[in-house]
Amino acid sequence: MKRFTGLLLSVLAVIVLAVIPLISGKASTREAMFTILMAIALASSLNMLLGYTGYVSFGHIVFFGVGGYAGFYTLTVLGWNLWLSMLVGGATAALLAYLLGKSILRLRGAYFALATIGVNEAMRALVNNMDFLGGPIGMTMKFSVYNEYGGAANALWLVYWVLSGIALLVVIVSYLVKRSKFGLGLMAIREDEDAAEVMGVRAPSAKTWSYVLSAVFPGLIGMLFFFKNGNIEPGDAFRLHLSIELIVMVMLGGFGTVLGPVLGAGVYQQLRKLLLTSPVFKNIQLAVAGVLLLLIILFIPTGAVGWLRRRFPRLRRVLE
Amino acid sequence: MNLDVLIASAVDGLLIGFVYGVAAMGLTLIFGVMDVINLAHGPLIAIGMFGVYEIFTYVGMNPYLALIIVAVVGLAVGVLVYFVAVHRVIDAPPLSSLLSTFSVNMMIIGVGTAILTTSAYNVDFSLPSLDTGPITVTGTRLAAALIAVGVTALLYAFLYRTRSGKYIRAVANNRQAAELMGIPSTRILALAFGIGTMLAMTAGGLIATILPINILAGGTYELKSFVIVVLGGLGNPLGALVGGLILGLIEGLVPVFMKTTWVPVLEFGLFILILLVMPQGLFGRKES
Repeated sequence: MKRFTGLLLSVLAVIVLAVIPLISGKASTREAMFTILMAIALASSLNMLLGYTGYVSFGHIVFFGVGGYAGFYTLTVLGWNLWLSMLVGGATAALLAYLLGKSILRLRGAYFALATIGVNEAMRALVNNMDFLGGPIGMTMKFSVYNEYGGAANALWLVYWVLSGIALLVVIVSYLVKRSKFGLGLMAIREDEDAAEVMGVRAPSAKTWSYVLSAVFPGLIGMLFFFKNGNIEPGDAFRLHLSIELIVMVMLGGFGTVLGPVLGAGVYQQLRKLLLTSPVFKNIQLAVAGVLLLLIILFIPTGAVGWLRRRFPRLRRVLE
Repeated sequence: MNLDVLIASAVDGLLIGFVYGVAAMGLTLIFGVMDVINLAHGPLIAIGMFGVYEIFTYVGMNPYLALIIVAVVGLAVGVLVYFVAVHRVIDAPPLSSLLSTFSVNMMIIGVGTAILTTSAYNVDFSLPSLDTGPITVTGTRLAAALIAVGVTALLYAFLYRTRSGKYIRAVANNRQAAELMGIPSTRILALAFGIGTMLAMTAGGLIATILPINILAGGTYELKSFVIVVLGGLGNPLGALVGGLILGLIEGLVPVFMKTTWVPVLEFGLFILILLVMPQGLFGRKES
């Protein structure tokens, strides 16, 4: 059991957040938790590339969008059920990541970051022109689809529980990767790619698989999110801003740690809600968030978890 | 296909391409000197737009004179941004400077949307247009292109003819060696960031004289600048100008043949292709 103490806090955090709506039983609580759990799952996925391998993907949301579009298409046009569509979404995102991994992962540092922005924008522009995907208007789901899942109210709960399950899975996978030989190879690449290759890490394939791994979950979640939403459009699916928010969450909590993205996503979403609803900051919430981000980057570059680990060495066993 | 339409579209595209080039030069200069991708580039362009708009609308000054004020303010803003957000992370991994400049982006956009909202504004100013048979060139567009060429010439004169310009090139080439030669690198880095910002804001001001503006519009030009900078080779100002012309030409000509919505697909497709095939850009020097 001792091996898993590092995982305990993250898993507990996700489970506690997930059951909160059960206690209150209100739909509004469920929606609030949905947002937080989605952020946790997306940020943890991104962390597997950004934190472990050290490649900055600025356009990670492209997998969320592509998964959403692929799944939405099979659901609404081909008439497949939600579960198959979700798998299609995840698989499409993974395939895209694999192909991109074979090509743009050769680029290093800033060049890779720029390329990921380019991929996201290219995909958004492309989908905009695809008439079978609804072009700039996007696609809408018939309300009757929810009947298959016990009516709209039940379907929304169902989606919520599936998302909670995915969030839990992402956190566990993230921990397992970190503790595996594969993860060790990734972290070696992060520290010094050339040295890692000399030591026998097959950098190109390791990088590609970490990219694929960090893309699968956003693909699944994309489909879930747009199923809940009932419609999908390019502006929502490929929102570059959300992509950058994810990076902020990872940085806030501590990149390269399992607990970091969980903590960062939770705190960031709470903070955002607080700023959005406060009468003083409502109008300039973005600017306030910017100031906070700058302070973190300048003064706590390793994030909350990284800082705690350095400051209190005893916590290192618990905070993974 | 009508040849006149083709020429007119090409000229229109090229003229705006010069302005894109100036914006991209700001981005590429900063990258070339300090390896920082300035994600606040778009909002800085937007500040330039609104600088010209406000001065023209409320003071009634000629927009081209207002441009000079905007450029000077741009230098100051850039130096300020450098010391607030960039200086501490200049030697950190790329993620830090990407995020710190992005935080500046959020601050500017946050305050900007609170004051100006996201609705469109228009600088109500026009110059007589130039009519040469088949093509008519709008006066403001021609003036913007000419100013852009002038700005480029000034930038090169500064980089190659003045002591500070030589310092900037030395720091870009090898900061440590430059420091050993007694060049005050911090001041030079701040100056380079200031000039990069000045170029971005000047480009924004020029855009404001041609097209309607809003506070988020800078983001579009930031993405265009990325494409241009990669086309011309990261860190190469003259390459950026040529890249701007190529992008302008694409934007001018593509709508003649297919729907305008395909323009960004082609732009970003080209962007990724160039990154993959020749990451040093069309005119970048080969790196060992």
